[in-house]
Amino acid sequence: MTLSISELEEFARKCRVEIVKMVYRAQAGHPGGSLSEIDLISALYATRMRVRPNQPKWDDRDRFILSKGHASPGMYAVLAEMGFISHEDLHSYRVLGGKCQGHVDMKWCPGVDFSAGSLGMGLSFGLGCAVAARLDNSERRTFVMLGDGELQEGSVWEAAMAAAHHEVGNLKVILDRNRIQNDDFCEVQMRMFDIPAKWRSFGWEVKEIDGHNMEEVMSGLDFLESTNDKPSILIAHTIKGAGVSFMEDNPSFHGAAPNDEQFAQAMAELGEVIA
Amino acid sequence: MSEMAATRDGYGQALLEIADNPKVVVMEADLGKSTKSLHFRKKYPTRTISCGIGEQNMLLAGAGLAASGYIPFASTFAIFTERAFEQMRNGVARPNLAVHLCGSHGGTHTGTDGSSAQSIEDLAIYRTLPNVVVMHPSDYVSTLELTKQLPGLDKPSYMRTARNKTPVMYRGRESEIIIGKGITLCQGTDVAIIACGVLVSESMKAAEQLADKGINATVVDMHTLKPLDGDLINSLVAQCGAIVTAEDHNVIGGLGGAVAEHLVSNHYAPLEMVGVADRFGESGQSDEMLEVMKINSKYIEQAAHRAIARKS
Repeated sequence: MTLSISELEEFARKCRVEIVKMVYRAQAGHPGGSLSEIDLISALYATRMRVRPNQPKWDDRDRFILSKGHASPGMYAVLAEMGFISHEDLHSYRVLGGKCQGHVDMKWCPGVDFSAGSLGMGLSFGLGCAVAARLDNSERRTFVMLGDGELQEGSVWEAAMAAAHHEVGNLKVILDRNRIQNDDFCEVQMRMFDIPAKWRSFGWEVKEIDGHNMEEVMSGLDFLESTNDKPSILIAHTIKGAGVSFMEDNPSFHGAAPNDEQFAQAMAELGEVIA
Repeated sequence: MSEMAATRDGYGQALLEIADNPKVVVMEADLGKSTKSLHFRKKYPTRTISCGIGEQNMLLAGAGLAASGYIPFASTFAIFTERAFEQMRNGVARPNLAVHLCGSHGGTHTGTDGSSAQSIEDLAIYRTLPNVVVMHPSDYVSTLELTKQLPGLDKPSYMRTARNKTPVMYRGRESEIIIGKGITLCQGTDVAIIACGVLVSESMKAAEQLADKGINATVVDMHTLKPLDGDLINSLVAQCGAIVTAEDHNVIGGLGGAVAEHLVSNHYAPLEMVGVADRFGESGQSDEMLEVMKINSKYIEQAAHRAIARKS
């Protein structure tokens, strides 16, 4: 799919609206990390992912692994825009029997390739998918989205080490560096010091971008697609809650729903007219 | 003297015998020499993935491979599989991905490495996970045969193997070995001894000791703890009216626990559980450990007398 920068921005805006609506309807969920990741996932799916929405289990599809699986509203919104699920399905978010489980789940939702929930697990799973592609002599790629808070899980670094050791160049990571985790800012909870240097020292190719500037996002995805001899990571500096003023940079909206008044304000800020 | 061999060698041999299936891949966490996956690695290096000393990554990378159509066989020491328990729970069992995990060196029989290496809880914890098949074979041949059935299982599994050699019992009886079906090794009507792993041969010795005293025991090798062969247990209750379980594992949650859970919801018979009495081990030879833990043939025999005495 070829979309202009302004079309991508509109794609992401529509997803932002759906994210806030999902969390508002459920009165639960994780808006902050969904809003920080959404420009990245929108651009990835709309312009890079080799997938077939009408054939979600197509063997040679690219895989997208949302390791920060609590930020599921962002992924569901994109899957709906892409046509894997309907916009009506978004009403099933956190509802009994719904495709849109609280955390993304491959057993429940078409287009989801990983059952997430516990942090620190997606990179290892993606590594397995990427190794499988190599064994199959397939060109398919595996993209993994990590949150910055989950870098505190030791198992992430087991996977980082193994991916570099095995030179798994078809494994491509996007880090949503929104600087906030559940309880507070990362700087308060557990300082991670020089994150780019950590990945470089583990043997990865690293690039940093502004994760809300669509031009930079596109050049960052170019970087991931062109790095094939070793694993690569795009560190996207983002703002938690981006696009909704009272959620931005606010740890309170990691995992909280807006009330009626806040919902109306969010819709207005996102340019959505509510009848 | 009867032939002796280690169950872990049966596992290693099985990997070679299923290697014709191009989807079989092996995952190691720096213990392939011990779990015996090394033979596969030497012959099929491109289908062997070294995960370093990183069990959590191994389990989840295995899940990714399984989700992509491969059949991963991951092994390490039983105790180290436990470090990746949540990965097994959330990454493997929950999406029902057919990753086959083998924990070698299980139980106090492992010996002189001491208590840190003697997993006495692995069977219990994996038994609590939906979708997961749990096995603890007793000899080389049954380990080989059960492992060879795993590529057709289409669900995850955990198998405990042992470090040290045990008597080989199933030469020529390969066709009797089926996942989920207990094997009756000898028939008696006074008491039924249900055992797994290294305590199966101890139970056979106990049956001989009982026979010397005029007591006829049935001995069952319950190599699969989950799904449990409930039909067989029901028939043992009807036939013998008294049950003994024997395992090199904590009495909480293992084979004894599984049989107890079955009995209380079905036809009841008095049950005596021989197992590790909710304590940690220490360094010692295998036979010394079975004595220290009070789980060798002598204690199985004593348990049989107690069970028979409790018959109403």
